[in-house]
Amino acid sequence: MIKREAVIVGVADVALENGVVPGGASPLQIQARAAKAALDEAGLSLRDVDGLLTTGMWGIPGPGQLTSVTVGEYLGIRPRFVDGTNIGGSAFEAHVAHAAMAIERGYCEVALITYGSAQRSERSRTLAGRAPVLTMQYETPYGMPTPVGGYAMAAMRHRHEFGSTSEQLAEIAVATRKWAQMNSAAMMRGALSIDDVLKSQMVSDPLHLLDCCLVTDGGGAIVMTTAEHARALKKKAPVYVRGFGEAHTHWAIAAMPDLAWHTAAEMSGKSAFEMAGISRDAIDVTEIYDSFTITVLLTLEALGFCKRGEGGKFVENQRTAPGGAFPMNTNGGGLSYAHPGMYGIFLLIEAVRQLRGECGERQVKNAQTALAHGTGGTLSSGATCILARS
Amino acid sequence: MTAQEKIEKPLPVVDPGSAFYWKSAREHRLMLPRCLDCGKQHFYPRDLCPHCYSDKLEWMQASGNGVIYSYTIARRGAGPGFAADAPYVVAVIELDEGPRMLSNVRTQDVEAVRIGMKVKTTFDDRTDDIALPMFVLS
Repeated sequence: MIKREAVIVGVADVALENGVVPGGASPLQIQARAAKAALDEAGLSLRDVDGLLTTGMWGIPGPGQLTSVTVGEYLGIRPRFVDGTNIGGSAFEAHVAHAAMAIERGYCEVALITYGSAQRSERSRTLAGRAPVLTMQYETPYGMPTPVGGYAMAAMRHRHEFGSTSEQLAEIAVATRKWAQMNSAAMMRGALSIDDVLKSQMVSDPLHLLDCCLVTDGGGAIVMTTAEHARALKKKAPVYVRGFGEAHTHWAIAAMPDLAWHTAAEMSGKSAFEMAGISRDAIDVTEIYDSFTITVLLTLEALGFCKRGEGGKFVENQRTAPGGAFPMNTNGGGLSYAHPGMYGIFLLIEAVRQLRGECGERQVKNAQTALAHGTGGTLSSGATCILARS
Repeated sequence: MTAQEKIEKPLPVVDPGSAFYWKSAREHRLMLPRCLDCGKQHFYPRDLCPHCYSDKLEWMQASGNGVIYSYTIARRGAGPGFAADAPYVVAVIELDEGPRMLSNVRTQDVEAVRIGMKVKTTFDDRTDDIALPMFVLS
């Protein structure tokens, strides 16, 4: 019997203009369009889909309470494998992991992962309004700006322990903008300097406005099946899922184990690298969730690309920019490309396109192995995928 | 804007798991659960010790002393209820007993706040039923 091996065979995102879907689209329309595009690319149709993995922040209270059920109904499919894991923006890296296990176990044949959001058009971003119930009754009454406040306190603690600076955080925003300038789909493509970041409005000390991700609409889809099936479809080169991991530690910020250390990313990264059986320097291109610049700095340390406390030094001298030694967030990231609430699916989409060699001007030469790492909540969760051409 | 239309700050929604904590806070006492098995205290109050998972817990009154573990200065309010307060300090306080809690450090000089500063409890009487534990520099 041939071993069933899970691969990614289709990816798609929805085109935006100035951060919104031209003409307007609901979160369900956005997901339907992305799903069709990703399936078309794979040579498959919704008729073939028997696994559905999705989550979101739309339609609550209401149909968004049963996200996958509603998406399945809207698409007109009846999946026999479903996963609505919601651990924040990292959920989609976990979805790829879960789909890979389901496919390899024979529990499903074609898995569809979707995400959609119209938060910018609807002005519906409500993350700041965490109802003061249950665990949040001890935090929301104190007026912490969310989610930025928790990340700001992590940055402040990291600065206190290791001396990281606002200039080092700004290096990340500037390098990411340089990638966005090579991606016509990115929202923010104007020139950006470290000084521009430092002079932008202070939002929640020490984070400036330009340390923060965008607020946009957007959506994407990923299609997975077996390598054997992919060969029969004769479409694009399949992308293999070589390693994955997931973890979460807290949501209430006071419950974070160590504000200067991304524990969940350490755990998920360790799992992913052990499973893939490769070293850090075998990664050719890295896509790291950049809700805020500090998110990236902490993730680089936690994944083991540099030592604890050395994330600031690591990103100096535009190391992560085009032409730098460590190509990262090559689509322009959540900081400059798009950030529709939960960004994790776009890390995977860009990683797949880089591995296929489809990225034109921003293509990382001969990219064989890519890492996508999502972070959710307030440094609450981490999920890591290591993807490869072979 | 009339008084009736004034946008209020969010208040904790008290539930059976938090009722004693908030009742004590109203009396200006900061209470923490302590584990009778491992001896550690925790925050926020839970039914099982998050350190050793024991269900043998008792309440104890915290000293009210701690240090600023980390903080941020909110330059804009977290929603309309807090807009008039900005800039204000939101901080994670490490209590002398060990647990950390989110709170505000009330100060006239937000720029002077630093990690490691010693703080002590004060209480903000928000309503007849709710007083929020807060901190001032000690």
